[in-house]
Parts: sequence; structure tokens; C-alpha cells
Amino acid sequence: MTTNSTFRTEMIEAREAPNQSRGVLGWLRANLFNGPINSIVSVVVIVLLARLVWPFLEWAVIEADFLGTTRQDCTGDGACWVFISARFETIVYGFYPEALRWRVDIVFALLAILVAWLAVPKTPRKKWVALFTLVGFPIIAYFLLVGGYFGLQHVPTRAWGGLMLTLTIAVVGIVGSLPLGIILALGRRSKMPFVKGICVIFIEFWRGVPLITVLFMASVMLPLFVPGNFDFDKLLRALIGIMFFWSAYMAEVIRSGLQAIGKGQNEAGQALGLSYWHRTGLIILPQALKLVIPGIVNTFIALFKDTSLVLIIGLFDLLAIIRAGLTDSNWLGFSTEGYVFAAAVFWVFCFSMSRYSQYIERRLNTGHKR
Amino acid sequence: MSEATTSRTTAPGSDRSMIEIDHLNKWYGSFHVLRDINLTVARGERIVICGPSGSGKSTMIRCINHLEEHQQGSIVVNGVPMTNDVKRIEQIRRNVGMVFQHFNLFPHLSVLENCCLSQIWVQKKPRAEAEKTAMEYLERVQIADQALKYPGQLSGGQQQRVAIARALCMRPEVMLFDEPTSALDPEMIKEVLDVMVELAHEGMTMLCVTHEMGFAKTVADRVIFMDQGQIIEEAPPNEFFNNPRSERTQLFLSQILGH
Repeated sequence: MTTNSTFRTEMIEAREAPNQSRGVLGWLRANLFNGPINSIVSVVVIVLLARLVWPFLEWAVIEADFLGTTRQDCTGDGACWVFISARFETIVYGFYPEALRWRVDIVFALLAILVAWLAVPKTPRKKWVALFTLVGFPIIAYFLLVGGYFGLQHVPTRAWGGLMLTLTIAVVGIVGSLPLGIILALGRRSKMPFVKGICVIFIEFWRGVPLITVLFMASVMLPLFVPGNFDFDKLLRALIGIMFFWSAYMAEVIRSGLQAIGKGQNEAGQALGLSYWHRTGLIILPQALKLVIPGIVNTFIALFKDTSLVLIIGLFDLLAIIRAGLTDSNWLGFSTEGYVFAAAVFWVFCFSMSRYSQYIERRLNTGHKR
Repeated sequence: MSEATTSRTTAPGSDRSMIEIDHLNKWYGSFHVLRDINLTVARGERIVICGPSGSGKSTMIRCINHLEEHQQGSIVVNGVPMTNDVKRIEQIRRNVGMVFQHFNLFPHLSVLENCCLSQIWVQKKPRAEAEKTAMEYLERVQIADQALKYPGQLSGGQQQRVAIARALCMRPEVMLFDEPTSALDPEMIKEVLDVMVELAHEGMTMLCVTHEMGFAKTVADRVIFMDQGQIIEEAPPNEFFNNPRSERTQLFLSQILGH
């Protein structure tokens, strides 16, 4: 039939895709072996991984010793995790008095429950829990950890250490820097010269000095400026310094999100008669924060890892406690195990934050399809 | 060469004009974008503003709800003079609804929430009442079945209808339309124009910047032609389209009605 126009009379029914493009085989074919060069590279990488990963697994897991109390229990050729398990209490609680460690346990457990409640999607009364986490929990945690009231014995902050100290600094830093960062970002974009000036100065100052300098100055120099015998707790100084430092970074991350929101959103809010704070809180910030979740979580992860810097002012976080353990004459020569363990702990926390943020991004993706 | 045919008539039956713009002048830096605009809009009047791009039409209507500031002249909306005072501005904005060329719906809220937001936070209505009003207006623009969807899931014409409903939920006395159909695919323009025509027939005071001359012919009480920041000609539609007095108007009409 020779015509120069077409006209379909019957629609084609959908059919199943051919087998080779589905399933595991299909994935392998499409991603790893979809061409000669790619196939060769895939083979090389697989061999490399095998040569690197297998020996590591042998050392770390298969031939390692996990339980025991002294170095005599390290009989195998592999890692001697006994170093970690024997000193586990110190690593987690630092120098917190043994009899009072139940207080730390309560705080840990409470934090875990609250975080889980907020993180899991369908739990009820999230707003109340969030309020409690931001207001009630810090107060409870303070009284439990520091003590001195309600019949609880006082524990000075220099006795805190290990994982407990790392988590305290990280949580305070994260929870403090985000709201402060938001306010600074909004202030920097303000048209009022005084507000804008203060925010710019704050951000540029705290971003311009290294964190280690901040901690050092806070620890050594602050007492010189403070009148009289007012003794500012060392940990408190570190917490404030860390919070201010990271809020400056956070402010810039959030500001980039605010800038990305089109002018029309604000104008629509204005046209509806909404005030500045209503527009910012209900329209602009929800969109801006959602947009910069990668940047925010990036900052949180960096904050978490930088808590190790408190070593410089004599506070014993997780890494410092492990290092202190290495100088113990009973446990010489196990630095590899110590550092691998520290790295693993950091990695678990940071990776969890990263995965959760990707989960949040996927869940919040409803609004972004334009 | 500008013909200052500025009619200040108010429609019969109204006691006070809805909008009074008097010797309005605006500069963007050193660029004189609005030059001596004088306009009075009566209650229930429908004004269509047309003109080449850059003529200041959008700028003029955006001055009415203070999305743009003016340097000289006065604007009075429903008896309330426009100043730089935030409280005054918000008072005027509560009474003036605006529909934008690019819809500007809030993408992180559902259609229903978009319409309820301002009712809850500005008018302090309880949620149930706000939702009832919202559903009422969503039904009027025939989009009630999409109430729980998000703007990203709707077509352009649907989004614009939601935007109109959202503005109407505040029960404004004036509606401003800034090129409402210019960003729409041709097959969706009609559904939006139908909503606007219905709104006009119900007596809403409307100022509409648009290129849709058919709409102007159907609904407008006056058509205003602007060029270079000035009102060149102002007349009822039959006079405007059949007997334009200014050469510039004639040139513009020949270009826009050509296709």
C-alpha cells in the first residue's frame, strides 16, 4: 500500500520487558558490563576489592579476639579488640564515677527514644515531642549529668569523657547551631542596616578563625577578660565556641537556600496580607530548608567529627580517651585497633546521619516536582 | 503627543471610588518608569490594561498593593491611603487580591492548604471554617476534586484557577490580575478566562493586565492603553477597539489583533 499518511486503527497493548533488561542480571549487564571498556574496568575493580577487603576482614573479624580482660587474651594473629572491650566502660563514660553511670544511661536512653520518635514518620504528637526535645530534655539532661540538685551528687565536667562527651558536644552543637544559623541568615538578608551589619560581622568573624583557635582562645584567653573570680566552666566555653562557630557556617548554607526561593513566593505571601514572620516561617523557610538539606547535614557531619578538637583544651572525647588508653603500659602496640575502632564509631554516626537525610529528602520530594 | 484623556467618572450607584491613583510617579533608580498616572476605579468596575512590554502596566498595578513602592503621588484604596507604614500596607493587602503570571502557588502545601493559609494566619479563622470557605471557592473555580493534590501535580490552567481561588478566599474587594494567562498553553487559557468572566459578572472590582482582547471586549467597562509609563488612551471597549484616537493605540491594536 503506498500512501503518504498513516492512521492507526488499533492501539498496541503494553508487553513485558525482555528478560535480559530486568533483575540482577539486567542490572549487572546495564551498569557493570555494558561495553568492553566498562567490563574490563569492572573486573579490575572487583579483583582490587577482593585483594584489599579480604585481608582486612581476616584481620578485623576472622582471626581477631574480642573478649577478655588482659593482653594475654590476645592469642590470634588478627586484631586484638580486647583492648577495646576491656576498656569499654572508660571509652563510653570517660571518667564519670562508676556508681553514677546510671545517670548517663538514662540520658542516653532518653535521647535515643526521642530521636527515634522524631525520626520515624508516623509517630503521633511530633510537635510536642519536638518541643520537649528542645526544651525539656536539655534541662533533664543537665540535671542528671551535672548533678548537684535533687539529691544527686555533683559530677564536675572534667570527669566527663569518651563517647558520652562526644555526643554531648555534638548534640549541643547541632541543636544550637541550626536555629542560630537560621536567624543569622535571615538577619544577613534583612534590609535594616543595623541588623544586617551585626549578622555580617558575626558570620565573617566566626568563619574566619579556625575552630582550634576558637577553642584555645575560649579556654586560655577568656578567663583573662572575665572580671574577678568568675569561673566559666571549661566545657561550657567549648560548647559556646563550637555553637557560634558552626552557626556561622550554617547561616551561609541556609542563606544559599533562601536565595534560591523565587521572588514570587514572597510576593504571593505579601499579596495575601501575611506579615514578614508568617511569610518567612510558613512559606520561605520550609522550602529553603528542604532545598539545603544536603548542605545542612554536611555541616552536621563536619561538626560531629570536629568535636575531637576539644582534645586541645584538655577535654577527653572519644578519640582522646582511646589515645590515653594507648599510653597505658599494659596495652602498648594496639594503636591500630584503637584508631580503627574510633573511625568505625564516627563512621557509624556520620553515615546514619547521611542515610537519614537522604530518606528525609525522598519523603519530602512531593513539592519539588514543578 | 500624549492625549490626556483621563476620565474620572465613577460608575452610577457607587458612593466612593474603590481605587484613586493621583499623579503617581515611580523611578527605578534613574529610570522614570511610571509618569504621572491618574486613575480612578469605581466599585464593581472592570478595567483592562494593555500595552507593549515595558510600558509599566504591571508596575502600576503592583503599586496598588505595594509590591512596588512609589516615590511621588498618592494611592488610596477603599478610602485607605497607601503609606510606607507596614500596618497600613497589610491592611490594604488584606482587601486586595492578586493573581500572578506565574501562579506563585506554595509548592510545599496542598491546594487546600494554599487556600487556607492566609485565612488561618491573617484572618485568624479556625481551621474548619477556613477549609469550608476554601472548598467553596475551589468549587467555584471547578477544581474542588483536586483539593488534596500538590501544585506540582496540576497543569498550568489548574494552578492558575487555584491561585484565583486562593486570592478569593480572603474575600477581597478588588482583584488584580497581572497577565494571568500569559504563561499558559493556549488550550488552558479558556478555562481561566471563563473563571474571570464569571467573577466579573458577579460584580467584583477587577484590574486586569492582559493581552486577551476577547476578554476585554466581553467584560471590560474601560480599556486603558499604556506606553512608556503613561496612560495614552482610556475608553469603553467598543470605542477603544473600533475608534482608537491615538496613533500609538492604533499601531498597537493592529499588531495585537493581527493574528
